[in-house]
Amino acid sequence: MRGLTWDYLIRRVAMFFVTIWLGATLIFIIPRLAPGDPVAAMVSRLQAQAGYIENSAEMIEAWRRRFGLDGPIWLQYLKYMRSVLTLDLGYSLAYFPSRVEEMIVDALPWTVGLLTLATLMSFVLGNLIGALMAWRRTPGLIRNLLPLTLTFTSIPFFMLGILLIYLFAFTLDWFPPSGAYARGVEIGLNWEFIKSVIHHGTLPALSIVLTSMGFWALGMRGMMITNEGEDYMILAEAKGLNPFRVFWKYGIRTAVLPQVTALALSLGSIAGGSTLVEYIFAYPGMGYLLYQGIVNTDYTLIQGIVFMLILGTATSVLILDLLLPLIDPRITYERG
Amino acid sequence: MNATPTFPASSPAPPNGQRDDVVLRVEHLKVYYATPQGDVHAVDDVSFEVYRGEILGLVGESGCGKTTTAMAILRLVQPPGRIVGGHIWLDGIDLVRLSERELRRLRWDKISLIPQGAMNSLNPVLRVGEQIRDVIEDHEGRQPRKALKERILHLLHLVGLPSRVYNLYPHELSGGMKQRVCIAMAIALNPILIIADEPTSALDVVVQRVVAETLLRVKEELGISIILIGHDMGLMAQLADRVAVMYAGHLVEIAPVRPLFKTPLHPYTQLLIESIPSIKERKPLKLTEGLTHDLRNPPPGCIFQFRCPHVTEGCRTRRPMLQDVHPGHRVACFLYHEAVASGGTSPQR
Ligand SMILES: Nc1ncnc2c1ncn2[C@@H]1O[C@H](COP(=O)(O)OP(=O)(O)OP(=O)(O)O)[C@@H](O)[C@H]1O
Ligand SMILES: [Mg+2]
Repeated sequence: MRGLTWDYLIRRVAMFFVTIWLGATLIFIIPRLAPGDPVAAMVSRLQAQAGYIENSAEMIEAWRRRFGLDGPIWLQYLKYMRSVLTLDLGYSLAYFPSRVEEMIVDALPWTVGLLTLATLMSFVLGNLIGALMAWRRTPGLIRNLLPLTLTFTSIPFFMLGILLIYLFAFTLDWFPPSGAYARGVEIGLNWEFIKSVIHHGTLPALSIVLTSMGFWALGMRGMMITNEGEDYMILAEAKGLNPFRVFWKYGIRTAVLPQVTALALSLGSIAGGSTLVEYIFAYPGMGYLLYQGIVNTDYTLIQGIVFMLILGTATSVLILDLLLPLIDPRITYERG
Repeated sequence: MNATPTFPASSPAPPNGQRDDVVLRVEHLKVYYATPQGDVHAVDDVSFEVYRGEILGLVGESGCGKTTTAMAILRLVQPPGRIVGGHIWLDGIDLVRLSERELRRLRWDKISLIPQGAMNSLNPVLRVGEQIRDVIEDHEGRQPRKALKERILHLLHLVGLPSRVYNLYPHELSGGMKQRVCIAMAIALNPILIIADEPTSALDVVVQRVVAETLLRVKEELGISIILIGHDMGLMAQLADRVAVMYAGHLVEIAPVRPLFKTPLHPYTQLLIESIPSIKERKPLKLTEGLTHDLRNPPPGCIFQFRCPHVTEGCRTRRPMLQDVHPGHRVACFLYHEAVASGGTSPQR
């Protein structure tokens, strides 16, 4: 048995940092290749609002310095890298005195909470539905009903979101149409607040779960069908094992492995939020923040969010690589 | 079709020299695979017996229906295949009539399988020990961990595997080791019958010997009957007590191993035995073109008529039944049936 070695761990962690460095560098380069000068654009926007601003040229200079946009490009790069290392993401261009990392810290918990729960629920439900669709012992009635649960997959989820808001928020008034918690509730670990959060999170979560479940279900169904014909499934049958044991330990246990990789990737991209869902439900998460950043051409904010996305993906891939050999014994901590 | 009603375990010994230590009796078994162009008659009216503590070899060229017969005995024919008719008596129970539930309890407890693809027959994500533990616990209920592990280690030692195999995953084993894990698993519940589907193909000659000897020990020490499927006639000569020869879904000859090799009766068996390569002399290779008809459209008359050197007009219209020519030596060929009927000696090749 080959266990986790220092060699592997060090190599893997090094790869993690290289990924992040490359990502950060790309974030640095791309906006600078784009046409237009964000600071000048902002100052002229202010000018338009205030009518006239004295010594705007000096202002632009000062702001350049503040946002690290002055000096030769290599110096900018070094400064940028230093701030990345200290997780200092700078000031928001559009909401000037606010710092990007503060805005992210405010938004991230909502998104992570909503999307992690929704993704995991969708994963569990979807895989179960897919496996049952493929299992030949599934009772006929259930087998015929299961595909119905997947009809939502073909609806774009923002459409479903609008439908849900119309039905459950406006018509039935069961759930609130927007926001993450009720106004006036004291924020903290109290029952009122938790209840309010769940109440507000249900519809957005539902629209994500219903529309993404089919993705997992179809993948699982395919894997299970391939599995049914495998020699070890036939032998499991010949062994007269309990059908449920065959279903779990011999069927799902082996079919779910490729799904886990996909799950890690989709969990990793959570940090970017789900822009459309959060926008429709006015949910104060990363996706909503990203939307605002794009609308306001707030480069530093967008950079910050994209950086979080890279960090999240790299982290979850790292964790996956460390965990995968535990769930699939055929994968070892060797090269590759 | 002959619909024999029952075969109670306590029935008196059947007439005409049949033995009373029958473990398995297959009667008029038919297994067809449905295809868009019609049913493939993979097993067509096959009848034979397996006696207590013997190895019955089942030989025949690729595609003649050996695996299908084996899977039918376990009631595990995979769709689009289905058992169309016949009976499979095991210990007085007709397996063809059992419900899924009854079958599940009986499988592995009474009949176990060493599958054709033993390489891929172990669950890739479970340790060897766990896979054997599963089958014991599902049939006998939960058991104290320690005693159970002792028992599994004992099984592994029986087939000549070291204790460390218990904690290994299938991909960490060699082909021969996997094959022996399958044998250890097959004897775990001490069944009456083991069906071994080509347990030694895809192994090198030395490992083949080891696996073959393991099977012999299983038979001799545990007294388990084995149906040994394969096309290696040399191996059959060494292991089997009796040999059944299949051709195109039909059983054409069945006899104790010595007479079968010394005086094979059916022209197809003769062909099979003549084509065994010999180290001492270099024979010209006999051209065998394989199956000559589509299994969806078996010809009327004898199934071997297109390749038979002795074919007559009668062979093309009437189908010879499997009949005793000598005690225990049965063949489906008119060459001998008429000789028996007329009381003359059987023609030799
Ligand atoms: N799923 C299927 N659909 C149609 N025909 C099938 C199917 N499975 C098997 N057959 C046919 O049934 C016949 C018997 O197949 P079987 O696997 O029992 O042969 P076999 O004697 O075990 O051959 P081998 O020595 O190659 O293992 C073959 O002619 C094959 O073409
Ligand atoms: Mg076969």
